[in-house]
Amino acid sequence: MELYQFTLKQAQEFLAKDPDRRGELIAALSNRLKIVDPKVKAYVNFDSKRVELQKDGRKKSPLSGVPISIKDNIVTQDWETTCASKILKGFIPPYDATVVRKLREAGAVIFGKCNMDEFAFGSSCETSCFGPTHNPWNLDYVPGGSSGGSAAAVASDIAIAALGSDTGGSIRQPASFCGVVGLKPTYGRVSRYGLVAFGSSLDQIGPITKTVEDCAMIMNVLAGHDERDSTSANVPAPDYTSFLSKDVKGLKIGLPKEYFVKGLDPEVEKMVRQAAKVFQDLGATCVEVNLPHMKYAVAVYYIVAVAEASSNLGRFDGVQYGFRHESTNLRDMYFETRDQGFGAEAKRRILLGTFVLSAGYYDAYYLKGLKVRTLIKQDFDQAFQKVDLILGPTAPTPPFKIGEKINDPLSMYLSDIYTISANLAGVPAMSIPCGFSDKGLPVGVQLTAKPFGESTIFRAASAYEQTTKWYEKKPNL
Amino acid sequence: MSQKINIDQIAELARLSLKPNEQAKLSKDLEEILAYVDQLQELKTDSVQPTSHVLPIENVFRKDSRKPSEVREAVLKYAPKSEGKFFKVPKIIEGA
Repeated sequence: MELYQFTLKQAQEFLAKDPDRRGELIAALSNRLKIVDPKVKAYVNFDSKRVELQKDGRKKSPLSGVPISIKDNIVTQDWETTCASKILKGFIPPYDATVVRKLREAGAVIFGKCNMDEFAFGSSCETSCFGPTHNPWNLDYVPGGSSGGSAAAVASDIAIAALGSDTGGSIRQPASFCGVVGLKPTYGRVSRYGLVAFGSSLDQIGPITKTVEDCAMIMNVLAGHDERDSTSANVPAPDYTSFLSKDVKGLKIGLPKEYFVKGLDPEVEKMVRQAAKVFQDLGATCVEVNLPHMKYAVAVYYIVAVAEASSNLGRFDGVQYGFRHESTNLRDMYFETRDQGFGAEAKRRILLGTFVLSAGYYDAYYLKGLKVRTLIKQDFDQAFQKVDLILGPTAPTPPFKIGEKINDPLSMYLSDIYTISANLAGVPAMSIPCGFSDKGLPVGVQLTAKPFGESTIFRAASAYEQTTKWYEKKPNL
Repeated sequence: MSQKINIDQIAELARLSLKPNEQAKLSKDLEEILAYVDQLQELKTDSVQPTSHVLPIENVFRKDSRKPSEVREAVLKYAPKSEGKFFKVPKIIEGA
């Protein structure tokens, strides 16, 4: 086994035994990156000198010497953070995001910054100003998005583990498309301080990893209250690794009737139903549940998320950071900086958000959206009175081709149909690999729990992973 | 209630100087998305409370205490334009 193939757990054990070999691990990963990344294009910023500088950090910490990659919308001190947008090129943050600070304090080496859809607006990594990331399982296909760079890096063995962010599925859908594990924690579970804001009531940072165990190890570092994020929850975080390798006997799993409808690819449906069967064989009970307002989730999202995005992106005006279009006239500077700095999808969402918040349309769109959000949240509350977990597809299809949906925004938006509702309701959800399509492309199954129910997800996901071992299969690169 | 949108007005509010070739495509996209969103109108929501935030958190306060902030130099160093302690922008007041 090559060192770059290590899971986080294996890397941790390797370095705990022999801390002086940390340089070797980093070199192995850097060399692999130099060969593989020109094909996959998962990184937007990698600098081996910067990585070298960190390698003599704390020696007796839980992630001591372990390299971890970061999505480029999470700020890293003195290290350019662009959100894959021209408007932020040249922005050097003066501070670390709380999650980055916590990883460093746990001994981790921040390895590189990963590609993404511009400002996390997209489901394919194609809206990046740096150009698309490619799916490591077939380079003609998208890796999913928006955290496509993070997921592709982990799947290609050019990252031991990575952080992503998820506003409507941006961790889980790329995890599904790349055959890795991705968790969107409960809203408030992980601090958003230092995450460049997209939809502030929906955004969460979470891990993208090779295994469920790795995911739990990173959550142990990330979870917890942060006084710098007033929306972070003051709820104690358990040791997530203590829920691994427990059985699922007696666990009640709900399959929403509304998930298995037209639009769901038959191959995906088959694999997801097989996953449910695996849980039954392991001693869990599967029952049908109802999420009657599920079909409205995408419509609500494209009101609420874009409204929040349009106000969050108001700060990009060429004054304080990144790109500025020089002009002698202030108004012209604002308008031209924004028109030249933002890509097409960012403009689409800013305009849509501005529209739904504008006088005369606020009640019909924004307020209506917030009300239906309540109904979607109530659906989950009711379902979780009957079951411990909800099981369904992560994405309606296996990965699609680069270029296939980029000119049809609505069809792109619908690729998040199964992930968006978890953000609207604030509940935690994980995608784990559940097989491969006929074309050899990965497919993920999604497990959703009630708020702060990550431990139940870890328990079930680890039992499933140990039985199926999909993570043993690797792409040919 | 499929919506015709006034793209010039929205772009003005959003501080975007859209080029003519962008305007047509963006208005078409927006109208299509709004037509999709219109399915929400079939739901009766008169008695439903809106959810703007999922956690039951309100008005989080911290102590108003003084702490040193040492980021000014780092912030200004990478600003598009600065002078002394300030961000520099084009002149705002006419004739000044």
